Amino acid sequence: MLLIHCPYCGEDRSELEFRAAGDAHIARPANIAAISDEEFADYFFLRDNPKGLIYERWRHIHGCGRFFNAVRDTVSDKFVMTYKAGEPKPDLSPAPGVAPALPADSRPVETYEATEGRAE
Amino acid sequence: MTGANRIAGAGRLTPAKTARFSFDGRSYTALAGDTVASALLANGVHLMGRSFKYHRPRGVVSAGPEEPNALINVSRDTARSQPNVRATVQEVFDGMKVGSQNRYPSLSFDLGGVNDALSPFFAAGFYYKTFMWPKQAWASIYEPRIREAAGLGVSPTEEDPDHYACRYAHCDVLVIGGGAAGLAAARAAALSGASVILADEQPELGGALHFDTGAEIDGQNGYAWAQKTARELVGMENVTLLSRTTAFGYYAQNFVAMAERVTDHISRPEANAPRERLWQVRAKRVIIATGSIERHMVFADNDRPGILLASAARTYLNHFGVAVGRKVGVYTAHDSAYEAAFDLKRAGVSIVAIIDSRMRPGEGLLEQARSLGIEVFTDHAVIATSGRLRVASMTVVPNGGSAKRKFTIDALITSSGWTPSVHMFSQSRGKVAYDAATGRFLPGHYVQDCVSVGTCNGTDDLQAILEEATAAGVKMAAESGHDGAAAATPAGRNLFAWTGGMAGAAYGAGPDDSVKAFVDFQNDVCAKDIRLAVREGMHSIEHIKRFTTNGMATDQGKLSNLHGLAIAAEALGRGIPEVGLTTFRAPYTPVTFGTLIGHARGDIFDPTRKTPMHAVEEANGAAFEDVGQWKRAWYYPRAGEDMHAAVNRECRTVRTSAGYFNASTLGKIEVVGPDAAAFLNLIYTNSWDTLKPGRCRYGIMLREDGFVYDDGVVGRIAEDRFHVTTTTGGAPRVMHHMEDYLQTEFPHLDVWLTSTTEQWAVIAVQGPKAREIVAPLVEGVDLSNEAFPHMSVAEAKVCGVPARLFRVSFTGELGYEINVPADYGAAVWEAVAKAAEPFGACPYGTETMHVLRAEKGYIIVGQDTDGTLTPDDAGLAWAVGKKKPDFVGIRGLKRPDLIREGRKQLVGLLTKDPNIVLEEGAQIVADPNQPKPMTMLGHVTSAYWSENAGRSIALAVVAGGRAKLGQTLYVPMPDRTIAVEVSDMVFIDKEGGRIHG
Ligand SMILES: [Zn+2]
Repeated sequence: MLLIHCPYCGEDRSELEFRAAGDAHIARPANIAAISDEEFADYFFLRDNPKGLIYERWRHIHGCGRFFNAVRDTVSDKFVMTYKAGEPKPDLSPAPGVAPALPADSRPVETYEATEGRAE
Repeated sequence: MTGANRIAGAGRLTPAKTARFSFDGRSYTALAGDTVASALLANGVHLMGRSFKYHRPRGVVSAGPEEPNALINVSRDTARSQPNVRATVQEVFDGMKVGSQNRYPSLSFDLGGVNDALSPFFAAGFYYKTFMWPKQAWASIYEPRIREAAGLGVSPTEEDPDHYACRYAHCDVLVIGGGAAGLAAARAAALSGASVILADEQPELGGALHFDTGAEIDGQNGYAWAQKTARELVGMENVTLLSRTTAFGYYAQNFVAMAERVTDHISRPEANAPRERLWQVRAKRVIIATGSIERHMVFADNDRPGILLASAARTYLNHFGVAVGRKVGVYTAHDSAYEAAFDLKRAGVSIVAIIDSRMRPGEGLLEQARSLGIEVFTDHAVIATSGRLRVASMTVVPNGGSAKRKFTIDALITSSGWTPSVHMFSQSRGKVAYDAATGRFLPGHYVQDCVSVGTCNGTDDLQAILEEATAAGVKMAAESGHDGAAAATPAGRNLFAWTGGMAGAAYGAGPDDSVKAFVDFQNDVCAKDIRLAVREGMHSIEHIKRFTTNGMATDQGKLSNLHGLAIAAEALGRGIPEVGLTTFRAPYTPVTFGTLIGHARGDIFDPTRKTPMHAVEEANGAAFEDVGQWKRAWYYPRAGEDMHAAVNRECRTVRTSAGYFNASTLGKIEVVGPDAAAFLNLIYTNSWDTLKPGRCRYGIMLREDGFVYDDGVVGRIAEDRFHVTTTTGGAPRVMHHMEDYLQTEFPHLDVWLTSTTEQWAVIAVQGPKAREIVAPLVEGVDLSNEAFPHMSVAEAKVCGVPARLFRVSFTGELGYEINVPADYGAAVWEAVAKAAEPFGACPYGTETMHVLRAEKGYIIVGQDTDGTLTPDDAGLAWAVGKKKPDFVGIRGLKRPDLIREGRKQLVGLLTKDPNIVLEEGAQIVADPNQPKPMTMLGHVTSAYWSENAGRSIALAVVAGGRAKLGQTLYVPMPDRTIAVEVSDMVFIDKEGGRIHG
């Protein structure tokens, strides 16, 4: 069970109190009625599903009820940070010369690629 | 006498304390502190089970949780019965009944043993290759037979009368494992001032010190030091010491799940004591001190009862005072087996010979063996054993040679080395690294705030272990904010190193295909099976594992994984690290369902929600149905009525007189603020600006993709105040959906949302007599059609109670919905009942509500829609504001797929035979004689007998449905095909006059 820091309550609380709410920093277009099918698909359907850091929304639904943003590592599940809705997206790309947050060999060994090389 | 093999003066149990138990109906005496395994061994019983696939006779292999063979059924009474218990872990209590498993008719004569003779047909992968055809036979014939023949224990059939507890705990430092390393680490952390939880799976702490009598710490015997240190820890306020507690799961952010066995070792537990307790611990730091597990030697017929691990034999002797045999052979690739042999010899047991596959055993061992009079054969192998229910001989050859020597034995102890227990580390998502020098996987890259110490970290020398553990305790305490008094490092000395040994098959274990050299005892996987898997093209260790089932039994391959990997690597011609380990998964050892469920069963499995009128409805004999967590009155049967009769009567009564209905579960949200109307304009497809205070409107809510999400009536109480209703099931998610948009997309709007579902009790009064029933109870509202027409709302007093009165209808009749504060719900309900009585009106339940609304074609979101219907599909296009610049779903509605021709649309269906009621979910086709698979046009969403229409009615989604009005379609069922005519959705009062009555 994850521990999540609610930026509004200022407390680390158990995952049981929260609900995940999808990717963050995807603004609803102001002119949504006028956008193209492709733009709508980009806005509503398509997500990156990154391996590593993901920016996502959570709601402290059984606490203060507020939606907020979080940066989570999809490999370790660790929360890197949380911040209030509306605050700018933090830049967490590693500075030059600094090792990335994840080890190079962090892939799970059970994948086909890990044991067989690239699938062809 | 507590068994012929109990050696006077050996072990730590007290001879005066005995317990009686039975095994397969035969009575035995044990000593207090015995496990089932040690007690049976004391009585000369090695045969404790049958293997999974071949039903081979099996004895105990280990003395710990890694046991693959000795799985037993333990019971106190018929309800308290648990299968698949490891005899090596279960402590004996007085009166315990133990049964063997997976045998018929008896353990020593098992008909299933024929599988062993047929074993060529049961090669690896046989599940996948055999029984592939015909498909139906799999479910009806093959699978039940295989399960019968190859089962583990039998589940108890009675409800478990025990109860299970759970506890959440926080600590600075959690130490997993209470051997030398864990104790030293816990002590150091505790002395630094950290709050410490130390968990160990055994009844007494000490880990390997149970058997390793050669270990000395601070000048005393290691086991004695462990008990002294444990007592010291128990006496410290900042320490929680949990014995009989297995850490079985390591989750994100140092969240560790542990199972504590509270009463399984007690003869007569207190009635209120939980059987087991689930601990969920959040630790700032975790110290993993899980030790190592000894591996067996892989050689021909290495699975006979009486063949077991050297460390197990040592545990049985040094802790339980039990000799595993009288003429013991030793087969090893590791020094530690010599210590076992020496201990046994000194206790008076004959050591027939030590067979060592290595050229050169550790320093001094040969001299010591010679001085004890033990013959040692280095560079030799055991290539065969004999003995059906107990090993009787071993056949020995020089490695690579063929000159056989046969020895008579009654037990054979083996060791091929020690596997560090990296399970917990690996579960923490740490990456293991292969240490080529010592041939083992050790903790490599850490992901969480934890550290491994002791032999699970590859630290072998006892002094080094104690230094590493003490330093880790101090460091972890400091990292969690405590750097008080540091502990002195204890001084330790041990006799053998844990490194060395071999992994894989020994000489003589193949490649002959007929040799059964077992790698995984519980799943009957032999070295040849792994080679076969490689020959058949499995090159990934994950594929090999699944093809052979190696490591997939309840012991999860604690003995077998490294052997299997080494054999696979050899067959593949690759190195062990290139082949790679399979993933370690929770639970470390099996956990009972009771432990995981805890108190959450029966009535408190899930919360039950009851309306304020529940008790009155119950007294009136209502039958209830579960709607989500709600208990709702389903129908109100009168004497002699079944459900059908009651519903028909209720339906007739509502349309001829009136009925009243408990609608309290309806979701309710109070939307308040200067921008309330603007907000609703964005959330609903309808326009709300034109709705005047005192009026209501039916609203539809979409998701952004254009599909119907929820619906309900919204009443405008004031300019800045709306009373929103939602579906019963949709209330929480609609609230969440609204909050989401309000907080993140439309935060500029000044609106407050409050869930009021449980604040209002709602009584719907429906039918031609509704006004006459309601009027005498209402103060402050003129109920005439002119003053209070359909779709009105007013704040009023009902029965003297402040109320919101709606004139709305979900039946198509004249209707009112009385909202009163929940505490008054029951009283007002009873007042309505009294007022209704003179009119012959009756209460009606959810079933009647469903029929009446279907008679009018009113949809239920979630029943008639399924998340793929647009308002137009549902016939509700009129509710979408055409001139609105924006609302949630406005763009989704224009997607090409949502505006194309031929979408499924809601329509009515009339069966040609009016007496046939369709089945909800049934598929609809145009031509019932077309070849299969048929083209399906849609499905039935609602179907009822309508007493008022005198026939069956149904709603359905049908492709291009509204263009098919009057056409005949077909509903194919298993036993017949039902012809139906497509109709509109209104079956009663098509003109709709009654609602305005
Ligand atoms: Zn909060």
